[in-house]
Amino acid sequence: MVLSARLRREARAESVFRVATLTSALLVLALLAGVLLTLIHGSWPALKTFKWSFVTGERWNPVADIYGALTPLYGTVATSIIALLIAVPISFGIAVFLTEICPRWLRGPISTGIELLASVPSIVYGIWGLFVLAPILQHSVQPWLIVHLGPLPVVGRLFQGPPYGIGLLTAGLVLAIMILPFITSVMREVFRMAPLSLKEAAYGLGATQWNVVWDVVLPWSRTGVIGGIMLGLGRALGETMAVTFVIGNAHRISASLLAPSTTISAAVANEFAEAVGDLYTSALFALGLLLFVLTFAVIAGARLLMMRLERGTVQRA
Amino acid sequence: MSIRSIKLRAIVGALAIGGALGVASAADISGAGATFPYPVYSKWAEAYKVKTGDGLNYQSIGSGGGIKQIKAATVTFGASDKPLEAKDLNDSGLVQWPMVIGGVVPVVNVPGIKAGDLEIDGPTLASIYLGEISKWNDARIKALNPKAKLPDLAIAPVYRSDGSGTNFLFTHYLSKVSPSFQSKVGANASVEWPVGIGAKGNEGVANMTQQTSGAVGYIEYAFAKQNNMAYLRMKNAAGKVVAPEAGAFQAAAANADWEKAEGFYLILTDQPGAASWPITGASFIIMYKTPKNAADSLAALKFFAWAYKNGADLARQLDYVPLPEKVVKLVEKTWVASIKADGKPVWTEK
Repeated sequence: MVLSARLRREARAESVFRVATLTSALLVLALLAGVLLTLIHGSWPALKTFKWSFVTGERWNPVADIYGALTPLYGTVATSIIALLIAVPISFGIAVFLTEICPRWLRGPISTGIELLASVPSIVYGIWGLFVLAPILQHSVQPWLIVHLGPLPVVGRLFQGPPYGIGLLTAGLVLAIMILPFITSVMREVFRMAPLSLKEAAYGLGATQWNVVWDVVLPWSRTGVIGGIMLGLGRALGETMAVTFVIGNAHRISASLLAPSTTISAAVANEFAEAVGDLYTSALFALGLLLFVLTFAVIAGARLLMMRLERGTVQRA
Repeated sequence: MSIRSIKLRAIVGALAIGGALGVASAADISGAGATFPYPVYSKWAEAYKVKTGDGLNYQSIGSGGGIKQIKAATVTFGASDKPLEAKDLNDSGLVQWPMVIGGVVPVVNVPGIKAGDLEIDGPTLASIYLGEISKWNDARIKALNPKAKLPDLAIAPVYRSDGSGTNFLFTHYLSKVSPSFQSKVGANASVEWPVGIGAKGNEGVANMTQQTSGAVGYIEYAFAKQNNMAYLRMKNAAGKVVAPEAGAFQAAAANADWEKAEGFYLILTDQPGAASWPITGASFIIMYKTPKNAADSLAALKFFAWAYKNGADLARQLDYVPLPEKVVKLVEKTWVASIKADGKPVWTEK
C-alpha cells in the first residue's frame, strides 16, 4: 500500500519533470521563430521596395534611400573564408600536437592559453586589431605584399592598392585569431576520442606519426572536425565589434583584399543607432534577416554533409 | 538556519533593493539621444544632483534613437544632433531648442605639416572627399597655401563609419558649399562615400589619420584639441581664414539668425561673420508641447535652465561651447510660449 503510493508520487514527479524539460526545449524553437518573424516583419518594407535587387545591388545610399546588400554580403563571406583558411590549418596543428606529440607537462599551459584566447571579449580584439595589428600590417606586411605579390597575374589583383592597414585582410586575420580556440578545442576533443587500439595497430604496422594522424585519426573523427570548423565559421559570420574596428566600413566591392569593405553585422552596428526613416531602418532589419538565412544555410549544409559522411562510414563498416 | 529562511531573506533583500531603485529612478529626469553631448550632459547632471538632489537618467543611444524614443513618449526629453524640421515638430506636437554647441575640425597627417600650417576652403575639401583631388601637391591646395611645402603624396580620406552628428554636420557643410557634393553624396548621418576608408567613432578617425601618411579626417573639436591633432584652418562664408577655437564656434552660433528659424531649425554650417567657424553645429533637445506629465517636464526644464545659467564653465572645461546668452533668452521665451499644461505655461521664469 505504502509502496504503491510512493510509486504513484514518483510517477507524478516524473511526468512534471518531462513536461518541464519539453517546455524548455520548445522555448528554444519559439524564440527562434519569434526572431525570424520579427526580422521578416521589420524587413518587409525594404524587401517589398527592392525585391531581389536588395541582394544583388551594390549601392547603399541612405541619402537617396537606395539599399543593396551585395557589399556586406561579400564582405561577410570573404572575411570568413580568409579566417577559415588561416585558422583551420593552425588549429589542426595545435590539436595534433596536443593529442599526439606534446609532452604531458606542456599540455596544461597550452590548453589553458587556448581557453583564455576564447574568453577575451571581442571589443578587445577589435581595439588590439586597430591599434596594434593594423599599424604593423600597414608599415611592414602590406607594402611587401603590394610590391612582391601585386604584379603577379590573377593573384596579384588581390594585393593591389594603397596599404591602409585595415580592410578585408586585417578583418580576416583578427577573425582567424578569434575562431582559432573554438576550432582547436573541438578538434582536440575528437582527436582524443580516436580509439587507441586503431592507432596502436597502425603504429604496429610501421606507420609514422603523420600516417597515423592523417590516415587513422582524421578519417575516424572527420564529422567532429567538420562540426568544429562550422562552429568557427558560424562565429566568424556573425562577429560584429572586432570586425567593425578593422574592416574600414566602406560600401564598395573591390578585388583587392587590402581594400576596405564592410560586413552585414558591422553595417548594422554602425548605422542602426542613427538610422532615421522607415525604409532605412527596414533595410537594416533586412540585413539581419540575410545574416540569419546565411548562417542557417551554412549550418544546414554542414548537417547535411555530416549526415552523408556518417551514412558512408556505417555502410563501409 | 534553514535553507528556507535563507531563501526568504534573499527574496526580501532583493525586493528591498528593487524598491529603493524604483523610488530613486522615479525622481530622475529621463532623456535619451545624441552621443555627442553626453559627456557634458552627464557632467551637468552630476553637479545638478549635488545642488538639488534631482538626478538625470540620460541614455546616449544616438540621435536617431533619441527621436524614436521621444516620439514613442518613453522619455521626458529626446536629444538630437540633427534638428527636426518645423513640419515634423508640429505634426508630432513637439518643440525643440539648441542646448550646446560643438564643431567639426578637419585634421591631417602630412609630413612636415603642423597644426594650423595649412588652410583649406569648403569646395576644395569637398573635391578631396569626392576623389577629384588625390595628391597633396594639387594645384588647388597649392593656390590656397602658396608658402607651404606640399609633398607629392596621395591623399587618403578618412570618414566616420558609424552614423553620427559629426557626419551630418560635415556632409551638410560640404553639400552647402559644393553642388557636386550635394548631388553625388548629400547630407546625412550616414552617406555613401565615393572614396576613402571608414573608421569607427572619433577615436577611430583620429587614430586612422595619425597612422596613415597623407590622411585627412574630420573629428569633433573637443577631440581634436585634446589629442593635439594637426588641424586645418578654414576659409569661412565671409572669406576669412579662421582657426578652430571656442570663440569661432560661438561666433557662428551668435551670428546665426535664430529668431527667424521656425522651431530653431538651424544648422550652423557656413554661417556669416568674419570670425565664424564654418562647420559648427548645435545639439538639440526635443520635448512635448503638451506633456502628459507636467511635473516631469518641469523638472527637466529646471535642469536645462540651471545648465544654461551655471553650466558654461563645466562645458568649457570639456571643450564644448556654451550657447550665446541672447540665444538662451530666446529659448526660455519659447518654453513659456510653447510648453503648456491645462493652457498654462509649465515653466515660469524665476
